[in-house]
Amino acid sequence: MSETGPAIVVSGLRVIRGDRLVLRDVDCTIEAGLVTGLLGPSGCGKTTLMRAVVGVQRVAGGAIHIFAVPAGTPELRRRVGYMTQAPSVYGDLTVVENLRYFARVMDRRDRVRDVIELVGLGEYEHSLVRDLSGGERSRASLAVALLGEPDLLVLDEPTVGLDPLLRRELWATFHRLADAGTTLLVSTHVMDEAERCDRLLLMREGNMLAEGTPAELRARTAAPTLEAAFVALTEPR
Amino acid sequence: MTVRVTRATARRVLEQLRRDRRSLALIVIVPPALLALLRFILDAERPAFQRVAVPLVGMFPLIIMFLITSITMLRERTSGTLERLMSLPLAKLDLIAGYAVAFAFVAAVQTCVTSAVAFGLLGVTVHGSAALVVALAVTNALLGVALGLFLSAFATSEFQAVQFMPAVLLPQILLSGLFVPHDRMPHALRIVADALPLPYAFDALARVATGDEGTRLHLDVAVVLGTILVAVALGATTLRRRTP
Repeated sequence: MSETGPAIVVSGLRVIRGDRLVLRDVDCTIEAGLVTGLLGPSGCGKTTLMRAVVGVQRVAGGAIHIFAVPAGTPELRRRVGYMTQAPSVYGDLTVVENLRYFARVMDRRDRVRDVIELVGLGEYEHSLVRDLSGGERSRASLAVALLGEPDLLVLDEPTVGLDPLLRRELWATFHRLADAGTTLLVSTHVMDEAERCDRLLLMREGNMLAEGTPAELRARTAAPTLEAAFVALTEPR
Repeated sequence: MTVRVTRATARRVLEQLRRDRRSLALIVIVPPALLALLRFILDAERPAFQRVAVPLVGMFPLIIMFLITSITMLRERTSGTLERLMSLPLAKLDLIAGYAVAFAFVAAVQTCVTSAVAFGLLGVTVHGSAALVVALAVTNALLGVALGLFLSAFATSEFQAVQFMPAVLLPQILLSGLFVPHDRMPHALRIVADALPLPYAFDALARVATGDEGTRLHLDVAVVLGTILVAVALGATTLRRRTP
C-alpha cells in the first residue's frame, strides 16, 4: 500500500446543530490508501463528521484538510465520492437512468456499466429504484458514489440491510479499491466489519475516543475481542 | 455553467415526469376543461368570458409549474439527492436551468393544447398575435418555476408547499382583475396590485387579447422578466452547499 501522507487531517473540529454540540473539538488523521472504519454508538456524530469531511456540513470551528486542501473546496468535488446513509437516488427512475444522469453531470458516462457490475445490480438495472429492496437501493446509491473514481470515498453505513454474502463481497470491493490507491472512510456498527478495517476511529458523544488498528485497540484494553475492547473504551467512566 | 449538465438535468426531470402518466394527463387536460367549464358558466355573459379567457390560458402554466417545481424541489431537498448534487461538480444555475428548460417545454405543450381548444372550439378571439399568447404563457411558466424554486425553501413538507399556491398566487390572481377589472378596484388595492408581479403577467395577456400591443405591454413583460431573474437569484441562494 502506498503511503503518501494523510488523506484527511481533522483538527479541533466543532459542529453545533440547533443548540446541541455534536462534535467537540475532534482531532483525527486518516491515512491514504487504507480502509478506515468509523465506529461509535448511534448519535455520537459519525454522520456529522462524514458530512464535514465531504464539505456539506456547516461547521462552527476547527479545520479539515483533504489531500492538503480545505474540505469543501470546489476542486475536491471531483476527488471525493460520498454515499449518504439514506439512499440518495431518484425513486421514480430506473437504476441505469439514475446512473446515466449522475454520470452526465460528472462527465463520466464511460463508467456506468462498470459501477453497475461493481455493486452487482446488473439484473435490476432497468427496475425503478422505488421497487427495489432496501439493500438494492443502497447499492444503487453506492454505485453513484463510485462513478467518478474518487480518490476518497466516504461511505455512511453502506452495508445496512445487506445479506452476509453481499456484505463480504462489498468489503472485498472496498479493499480492492484501497489496494488501487483509493482512501475509504466507512462508518459501521457491525463488529465483523470493524475487524475488516485497516484502521479504526472510535467516537462517543462527539469526541474521538481512540484511533488505531483493530489489533492495537484490542491490545490497549487487554480485551479478547474487538467487541469487548469497544465496550471497555466506550463505557462511561 | 455547462450546457452538458443543464441538458442532463432537463432530460432527467422529463424522464421522471414521463413515468407519471396521470400527472401528465392532468397537466394537459385540466386547463382546457376548466376553460370550457367557464365558457358555459358565463354562457349569458360572453364579454366577461372573452375578457378573462386569454389571460387564463396564459396563467394556467404559471400555477401548475409553481406547484410542480415546489414539490419536486422539496423532494430533492428531503431525499438527499440535492445534498448529493451539491457535493458534485455542478453549478447551482445548471440545476435551475435544467428544471427551467424541462418545465418550459411542458408548459409549451400545455399552452398549445389549451390555446387550440380556446381559439378553435370555445370561440375565444385574440386581436393580437396568438403566438405571443403562447410565448407569454411559457414566460409565465418560467415565473412559476422561479417562484416555486424560491418558496420551496420555506416549506418543510409537501403539505406546506401546496399551501403556498393559495397563499401566494391566488391573492395575486384575484388582484389581477379576474372578477373585477383592475381599474374598478379600490385605490388601495390597486397600489398593492401594482407592487406584485402576477397582475403584470395577467395584464400583458389581456392586452394581447385586445390587440393593444403598445408600450404598456413592454413594461408588463419587463416586470415579469425582472421578477424571474430576481426569483432565480434568490432561489439559487437557497440551494446551499453546506447545511446545518
